[in-house]
Amino acid sequence: MSDPTIQSGTSTILAEREQSPAVPATSPAVVTVGHAATATATAERHAGAIVYFSSASENTARFVANCRLDELGIASYRIPLRPGDEPLAVREPYVLIVPTYGGGVVSKAVPPQVKRFLNDPDNRAWIRGVIASGNTNFGEAYAAAGRIVSAKCKVPLLFTFELMGTPGDVRKTRDGLARFFADNRQADDR
Amino acid sequence: MAPISIPRKPLKLIDRVSAINWNKLEDDKDLEVWDRLTGNFWLPEKVPVSNDIPSWQAMSEEEHTLTMRVFTGLTLLDTIQGTVGAVSLIPDALTPHEEAVYTNIAFMESVHAKSYSSIFSTLCSSEQIDAAFAWSEENEYLQKKAQIVLDYYEGDSPLKRKVASTLLESFLFYSGFYLPMYFSSHAKLTNTADVIRLIIRDEAVHGYYIGYKYQKGLELVGGEKREELREYTYDLLNELYDNEVEYTESLYDGVGLTEDVEKFLRYNGNKALMNLGYPALFPAEICDVNPAIIASLSPNADENHDFFSGSGSSYVMGKAEETDDEDWDF
Repeated sequence: MSDPTIQSGTSTILAEREQSPAVPATSPAVVTVGHAATATATAERHAGAIVYFSSASENTARFVANCRLDELGIASYRIPLRPGDEPLAVREPYVLIVPTYGGGVVSKAVPPQVKRFLNDPDNRAWIRGVIASGNTNFGEAYAAAGRIVSAKCKVPLLFTFELMGTPGDVRKTRDGLARFFADNRQADDR
Repeated sequence: MAPISIPRKPLKLIDRVSAINWNKLEDDKDLEVWDRLTGNFWLPEKVPVSNDIPSWQAMSEEEHTLTMRVFTGLTLLDTIQGTVGAVSLIPDALTPHEEAVYTNIAFMESVHAKSYSSIFSTLCSSEQIDAAFAWSEENEYLQKKAQIVLDYYEGDSPLKRKVASTLLESFLFYSGFYLPMYFSSHAKLTNTADVIRLIIRDEAVHGYYIGYKYQKGLELVGGEKREELREYTYDLLNELYDNEVEYTESLYDGVGLTEDVEKFLRYNGNKALMNLGYPALFPAEICDVNPAIIASLSPNADENHDFFSGSGSSYVMGKAEETDDEDWDF
């Protein structure tokens, strides 16, 4: 197992994960001593967690609310909107839900607030997957934020949806996340 | 019948003007959207539509007529949005920057309207062009949709105006947008499709922004009014949808594509509602748009990114994408 604070992204790790998609590269059991107490405690308390960003349009916030993840024991953390806000720190395995920005310009697709969150290596160590929203009107840039985060953090792009998501998207995400975290926990317990 | 693309009542102007200060924003969305819109600026002359001449010449007369009617219908909507719709939103704006964004939207709609003329002049004879414009004046469903929307633009409810405008931007165009996406998926008129994709990208930002401003406006009214507007939105969508179905039949029955277009209408109707902050209306089973159309619209919107449905047995790793922020290289 690799150190959870380093997402090395070497080809070996990539190959291992491709063979067993549900197994995260790092597990809460092997965190460094300083983080062990908090991380293990939160991992026991939650079935899983999601971290999301939503701008003033509230599209992603509505999608997350519609998923009713608290009923599944999945915690939700929101990345703050304003630069002056207290930065979010997450120390348990999570799936990132990110809207695509930039109006079709791929280089601007990941919201700056999300970049800031992921630039903290301690936050980045716990990402296990990404879900991205977008609009097919933006052509190749559709849900580009998801592909960028997936490539940069070496985690799977689990799902994409448009705007605030349809009831079908909500159902798939809710069921999918429950399965995804259950599989991850089983893998951690082994 | 008199041309409908002329407002029957004068639109009101804003009551008071102060010098706009872009260094003092009341709503960050205004600058964000202004930057997106100006960053996306384009002109039809930049797209080599003339490369479509061989493709056009190989198409049937029926396909020619259909294409020209569809594009004339889109021209009418863009004209309405450019000269009436976006302009009518200016007096309702909550911030001076919002007013400025509407002037950009109005101008781009005029660019869109002109781009159809640019396509026509490249591909068609003046007799064909005249016939298509004459058809647009006579098609009752096209006239009706223009009427419905214009009535709200001239009405006295700022929020209803935004609903009508968002439904135009995010729903009413799509019976027309379908055709170039369909042709492009059959390797026909691919450069023309590139022009339409640029329009489609702009309309997404317009619908998003006007829908967002609608939601900001909703925050300022009471619960009862909010409920009335919610009902009004669904009623108007249903009214426009019924008319769109008739319009679609009048265009596409001859080529057997009506059913396929209707799925695309419902899919976009849902997106229009979402832009206004409302849940989707049409269930997924009747919004299963032809995958070739979705792929023509967005090459990345495929099933590979639905890990949850089990269609991908391994991780779908993203391709390396270009980003520009230096702080993003971890």
